[in-house]
Amino acid sequence: MRQGGAAFSTDCVLRRPAASIYVWETVMRRIAERGIYWKMLEQVFINGLISGGKYALLAVGFSLIYGVARIMNLTHTAFYMLSAFLIFYLHQSLALPLAASLPLSIVAVTLIGLVCYKFIIAPVRERFTTVMILTLTLAIAIQEVILISFGGFFRTLPKVIPGMIQLAGIRMTSQHLLTLVTVSVVLVCFWMLLFKTKTGIAIRAMAMDREAANLMGMPESRIAMLTVGISVGLAALAGAVVAPLYILEPVMWMHPLVVVMAAVILGGLGSLKGSILGAFILAFAEVGLIFLFPHLSFLRGAISMAVMLVILMIRPEGLFGVFMEGER
Amino acid sequence: MISYWARKVFRDFRGEILELPTRTILFAAGILLFVLPLLTQDLYLLRVMTLAGIFAVFAASWDLLAGVCGQFSFGHTLFFAIAAYSSAMLNIHSGLPPVVTIPVGAILAVLAGLLLGLPGLRLKGPYFSLASLAFPAILLGVIITFPRFTGGELGLSGISRLGATRLTEYYISQSAMLILVLAIWKIATSKTGLIFHAIREDEIAVRASGINTNFYKMLAFSCSGLFAGLAGGMYAHFMRIAGPSTLDLILSLQIIVWTIVGGIATIYGPVIGVYLLYPLVEFLRVVPQLRTLTFALIVIVVLRVMPEGISSWVQDIVERECPRCKERNSLFRPYCRICNTELEHGKRFRLMKRGA
Repeated sequence: MRQGGAAFSTDCVLRRPAASIYVWETVMRRIAERGIYWKMLEQVFINGLISGGKYALLAVGFSLIYGVARIMNLTHTAFYMLSAFLIFYLHQSLALPLAASLPLSIVAVTLIGLVCYKFIIAPVRERFTTVMILTLTLAIAIQEVILISFGGFFRTLPKVIPGMIQLAGIRMTSQHLLTLVTVSVVLVCFWMLLFKTKTGIAIRAMAMDREAANLMGMPESRIAMLTVGISVGLAALAGAVVAPLYILEPVMWMHPLVVVMAAVILGGLGSLKGSILGAFILAFAEVGLIFLFPHLSFLRGAISMAVMLVILMIRPEGLFGVFMEGER
Repeated sequence: MISYWARKVFRDFRGEILELPTRTILFAAGILLFVLPLLTQDLYLLRVMTLAGIFAVFAASWDLLAGVCGQFSFGHTLFFAIAAYSSAMLNIHSGLPPVVTIPVGAILAVLAGLLLGLPGLRLKGPYFSLASLAFPAILLGVIITFPRFTGGELGLSGISRLGATRLTEYYISQSAMLILVLAIWKIATSKTGLIFHAIREDEIAVRASGINTNFYKMLAFSCSGLFAGLAGGMYAHFMRIAGPSTLDLILSLQIIVWTIVGGIATIYGPVIGVYLLYPLVEFLRVVPQLRTLTFALIVIVVLRVMPEGISSWVQDIVERECPRCKERNSLFRPYCRICNTELEHGKRFRLMKRGA
């Protein structure tokens, strides 16, 4: 507070290791110790997939809600955090089994998201900037509620399935495998919902042209509501699947938010495959940086931003975006 | 002659300021700012108001770029931090006084504005917003990688003071705020400002009417960088430290919150927002646990009730627009002050405004 004068101080000291200039030396040593080096690439691969899956789940929801309702939902990752903390609360304080607390928290967070949308966002929906600030303050409010009720400590959850597993020569914990399977199943289900069902067609039509879709008899506000539900549900699910893998803290929404926005922009706004691809690109860039140059892990925000900037400079509309999309 | 000028000033004052309630309120608030040290000698209050003055310039410069010209930047702290760091370095290494270092820092911020303008020429809307987020993040990485020059995480300290005493600093900040915000307002209402507004509304149409939009966008970036840089230099010399906190994402978002709560694209809106919200946050210290939560809830309620910001909400309550000449009139006038048209009074004011 003394230096920043920042209004919402998070009471959390960022933990950045001091910079080192021995990066190249480290790399050379790693390459010399070849065994460790290949193990490390495996780890980069697994962790990149996990983190990419998490970002993809978040980015798809973010992209969907932007496409259909034109809401830049900065609360998105706060719901992800809320779901993780709710699981922690249900599991540790109420002593419910994990299998029960996971779905319970997803449902609860989705309901919270719908209530927030209905009473706070929907009435002022047409004003883009106002909605953005409302969602931002909502995220800060959620962060503060968590900070007050759980304190600023770092928390961990037990794994759903303990133990390690050997798969195609790669060793990983069963929890990692479970997360990977869940993420891919959910993404496939989501794709089926959007492209194979009538509701999905309505959602995509609404994203393409709201007025025309409305004239074709699609109930605008109901579909927006449904989209918000799906999107928040996906965020809550992302929180639920990675909660046992990551450390829970009340500012864990900030970094994913930046990465998710970068991924969505990188892939092209309104393009689902673009969002997923963008999420994986950024996740691999980030995980690669952290594993190969641990000294520079404080640059992880900068690296995803730099990747996004380079790609945007080459393709201003993102990888799969439509040029002049805003003019529609 | 003197009595003529006195009468003219008084007549203009009555006709232009006392006639409109919002202008009267703003005038009274400006007077209050200048007599505040006579009413209280509380150093903490003076400090808060000094910072509010600096942030008001910063938020208004963002409003010039985002609200007026439509380049919705999330990385506005880039200008602030570059000016803060460069004036701090200049001051520490060569011992130049703040009078020199602040303008030099602002000029470097103008160069940064041209740099940020490059993606601005190519990227549109949300793409630009997100790309601008990258610049402070990258600069932060650079600052932490070279701690010898930039002080790393701790930042640079030992910068000379802005003024000799707290009171001088207060007056420097408030008068700088008035002059700079007036300058920004003049730019926004000038012919150049009109082109900025037009670029925000429809860039292709502006280009089609033969205006070099690239030049005007770059102009907007450098103007905005200049004012943000002046604010950044003043901040460094007032806090006597230039650290990574000047690059914080939270600070970028905060000026957006202030601007939108005050009223975007009005230039005076962000100033009102800063002077209401910044002291509010400081005085919520009485409930340290609930401070940020209370602030967030207040912002949510304010934006829910007045989605266009406080300034336009108040304007809608106390003023009426003349149906014929579109001039604003006081609520209590039966006839328009310009064209004497009868003003309608039947319309009831709706407290909760629905979306357009």
